[in-house]
Amino acid sequence: MAIKASPEINAGSMADIAFLLLIFFLVTTTMDVDTGITRKLPPPVENNEEDIDVKDRNVLKILVNSQDRLLVDGRPGDISQLKFKVIDFITPHPGNDEYPEVTTKHIDQLNRDITISKGIVSLKNDRGTSYDMYIQVQNELAAGFNELKDRFSMEMYGQKYSALIDNDKIDAVNAAVPVAISEAEPEDIGGK
Amino acid sequence: MSRFKSKKSKGSPAINTSSLPDIIFMLLFFFMVTTVMREVTLKVKTKLPQATEIQKLEKKSLVSYIYIGPPVKSALYGTNSRIQLNDTFATIDNIQEFVTKEREDRDEADKKFITTSLKVDGLTKMGIVSDVKQELRKAGALKINYSTRKGKKEKR
Repeated sequence: MAIKASPEINAGSMADIAFLLLIFFLVTTTMDVDTGITRKLPPPVENNEEDIDVKDRNVLKILVNSQDRLLVDGRPGDISQLKFKVIDFITPHPGNDEYPEVTTKHIDQLNRDITISKGIVSLKNDRGTSYDMYIQVQNELAAGFNELKDRFSMEMYGQKYSALIDNDKIDAVNAAVPVAISEAEPEDIGGK
Repeated sequence: MSRFKSKKSKGSPAINTSSLPDIIFMLLFFFMVTTVMREVTLKVKTKLPQATEIQKLEKKSLVSYIYIGPPVKSALYGTNSRIQLNDTFATIDNIQEFVTKEREDRDEADKKFITTSLKVDGLTKMGIVSDVKQELRKAGALKINYSTRKGKKEKR
């Protein structure tokens, strides 16, 4: 009648096995979040000949050559000044001929008319431009537009753009400060 | 004799370690759940440029990656930047095909949210990147993300 007690399994090494697995997963895990600058490409155009006429004063031309040098509005520029140039250019200046034209746009979320600039930042690079430089220029442009969004957001809601949570408010700011960056086809002047 | 016995029983008792495996298992499960295995073997070096105005890429399952950079085995493939799609080197002509395939893999509802992440080495020339962008435009993959690291580029 004696019930044989099954011998107890030694669980002492369980922790070791678990540790082994744990270390494997620790090593293989990549925790990094992908970050980057998001842009929307224009849809392909059927006919390249149909250029849209944009007035000269409405365009801020930025050229980057194969030596990674900048030409901003016809003058050699520096990357550190680009952000302020963009902010200055896009901020609406009604009645000033030096700056782009302004237009009023009705923002549904705010239910009022907002003066916005018709300015476009035009970016053109050479095929020999380094990607690093290109990203820096894109970064400065993004910084300029983000600053403008922040200003508008502060004025309207008393909060920075990045701090906005309400989708309606985010849409309103995006409508009032459109990111107008146009990219031209690159040219091959500098060679490789 | 009892004097000696009481002396012997002194000393700190052993810590009960029977719950140690449970704790380790808990950690293990955490890492198992959060782990994303690297899907592709990188054949090109991509030292990403730095930027400050960056956004996080959400919904990793809706992102397809294009790698551009100098090959890792430079003795075999040279030092000119190459495009890598999935696990192999590719040419410009393969990109439309790649985009179509990536689109087929996703649900119907998610198709318009697919982002193409460009992981490009900082020293790459823009010519190849522009070609890729043109192909993406033709393929209709208009949402792109220039993958960058966070940080301020120091002056050279």
